[in-house]
Amino acid sequence: MTQLDTSPSVPVYQLSHLRALEAESIHIFREVVATFERPVLLFSGGKDSVVMLRLAQKAFWPARLPLTVMHIDTGHNFPEVLEFRDRKVSELGVRMVVASVQASIDAGRVADEPGRSRNRLQTTTLLDAIAEHRFDAVFGGARRDEEKARAKERVFSFRDEFGQWDPKNQRPELWNLYNGRHRPGEHIRVFPLSNWTELDIWRYIAEEGIEIPAMYYAHRRQVVRRDGMLMGLCQWIQPGEGEEVTEVTVRYRTVGDATCTAAVESAAATPEEVIAEVAATRVTERGATRADDRFSEAAMEDRKKEGYF
Amino acid sequence: MELLRFATAGSVDDGKSTLIGRLLYDSKAIFEDQMEAVERASVQRGEETNLALLVDGLRAEREQGITIDVAYRYFATPARSFVIADTPGHVQYTRNMVTGASTADLALILVDARNGIVEQSRRHAFLASLLRVPHLVVCINKMDLVGYDQEVFEAIKAEFRAFAMRMDVTDLSFVPVSALHGDNVVHRSAAMPWYEGSSLIHHLEQVHIASDRNLIDVRFPVQYVIRPRSDEHHDFRGYAGQLAGGVLRPGDEVVVLPSGWSTVVESVETADGPVHEAFAPMSVVVRLADDLDVSRGDLICRPHNRPVVGQDLEAMVCWLDEKHLQPGGRYAIQHTTRSARAVVKELIYRLDVNTLHRDEGAPTLALNEIGRLSLRTTAPVFYDEYRRNRSTGSFILIDEATNATVAAGMLLDPAHVG
Repeated sequence: MTQLDTSPSVPVYQLSHLRALEAESIHIFREVVATFERPVLLFSGGKDSVVMLRLAQKAFWPARLPLTVMHIDTGHNFPEVLEFRDRKVSELGVRMVVASVQASIDAGRVADEPGRSRNRLQTTTLLDAIAEHRFDAVFGGARRDEEKARAKERVFSFRDEFGQWDPKNQRPELWNLYNGRHRPGEHIRVFPLSNWTELDIWRYIAEEGIEIPAMYYAHRRQVVRRDGMLMGLCQWIQPGEGEEVTEVTVRYRTVGDATCTAAVESAAATPEEVIAEVAATRVTERGATRADDRFSEAAMEDRKKEGYF
Repeated sequence: MELLRFATAGSVDDGKSTLIGRLLYDSKAIFEDQMEAVERASVQRGEETNLALLVDGLRAEREQGITIDVAYRYFATPARSFVIADTPGHVQYTRNMVTGASTADLALILVDARNGIVEQSRRHAFLASLLRVPHLVVCINKMDLVGYDQEVFEAIKAEFRAFAMRMDVTDLSFVPVSALHGDNVVHRSAAMPWYEGSSLIHHLEQVHIASDRNLIDVRFPVQYVIRPRSDEHHDFRGYAGQLAGGVLRPGDEVVVLPSGWSTVVESVETADGPVHEAFAPMSVVVRLADDLDVSRGDLICRPHNRPVVGQDLEAMVCWLDEKHLQPGGRYAIQHTTRSARAVVKELIYRLDVNTLHRDEGAPTLALNEIGRLSLRTTAPVFYDEYRRNRSTGSFILIDEATNATVAAGMLLDPAHVG
């Protein structure tokens, strides 16, 4: 920086990178609410969806959030996350739709595979709920830094009448001009956190003092080691034959379906400690904690084409 | 910490993926599991570790060994956060390059030191200047293969400067690198003591971008009207939007377009409290002293500094769709927060992106082609010349039958239109 820039007589009109990302996300929320009829925000209680909800609140302040929130409930939840979800939704006074994967299974829409995660099954439940409620814009908390198929995703991502994503035929997206046009039955997925990284999310949580479920911070938990991952014992995860149960200090880097979300050993008990840990880590959050992304090189791409988050 | 968005264009042969791989790896933005996945995939294909696999995320891209689409990559150093829009370099992907450049503060152009400046380098430089990317960095790569020879570097630099002078390039820098060995990427290279400039990463960290934004012409396109109608905020009426230019302060006298009513800014609000000034790209809520009829698509500016208001537009456009431009055709136009219809009056010329030759007899524009159009819109547009403001100077055209985004447009100054 030269002397000129820091001189008090010459103001420096500069936003920090977090405030620039925030301004971009707020712009996206407002575009959608101004131009769509029935937008919905996917809210799981996970950290990204909590940050997304905070940004949505800011976008419409001081008015109430002009959005419905929706949770795709696999039925395999961490109880503390459900409690957190319900408390947040009631604090904000927004309408919540819970779409249940169990209900889709009971209705014969999808078949449960015992012992397998219900991650992929969520797609049917999600698409059915979008159709039932005629949602035309669906906000998701996915970030481009999460995964290589997501790196190609648009901010406004067109889905055809089957909810499918066609990665080879995406609308070019220039400047901050978003094309949300669609026919009845089609919809747009909107990703306001596209340009945020895991570290940005944590820095924002710290800077804004945002509350997230306590399991994101270090705590003692009984775990088994499975495929090199630490699976916390709960209603859905029980030790298998020959698996040894140990109690370790862990935290969760992601919070998803309880059957396929792993914990990591960590002593980080505050946002600041988590930031230090994330900055030093050498494994991506999905690689460390999501059993579902280990199937193949294109697991996420395949799920996304079908209409996954 | 500031955010810098930069675009790269190039093919695997230029060493673009190796360079990006090195930037990510050396700044610890590549993780072990990603690296292992790349190594696994490379072994399966019987190749040496191929860093391009990190960037090429889609199955089709990996199968064909090419980058098809824009991929966004993220890394940070203690000084800055970076977003890379990584785009393919071939002419059939011009639209992807245009997309990546549209939001970039800086464009990184790769030149293979062995081949010097080729058609592709000229095209990339031209597209960066067309999209008004404020800073251009030319990385002369594979210096190791020319014996780190200063003369090779200087000759390429001189040739590049000569043709860049014909374009609108404001800030041009050159860095001799070897992406493979890391020379001048993160650290200054001992192999090139004759080079006195900074390493690439140091340049990316230091390039001054704060003054690239337009801080002179106040432009506030209204996005959304906020009226809580709650007990607490019963009479609150605010105009939400993102500043597209200038600095807006409480007390400023303003006019609202298209009505032309003037009033005063009562306050500039955010969810975190009122601010004493707002500038691009802040998202704020503006409250006005008078109750006016203001809605989405209106624009707030200062009375003595207004944008052009008009229905007859001229623009450089890049055609983005398989279906060709229809002279005389009607399209939907999106400009700032305003939508209308536009009819293409004339294709004035088509520009050859390699030679810059203007073909005035061209009948249409095909996918990836660039040309100058005149348009008439159904409603007035409030705009600035693109070179003065990338936000109020840009638009997209949409095919109303398919809903596809078919063109990206950069508006020209009506004073130069004739």
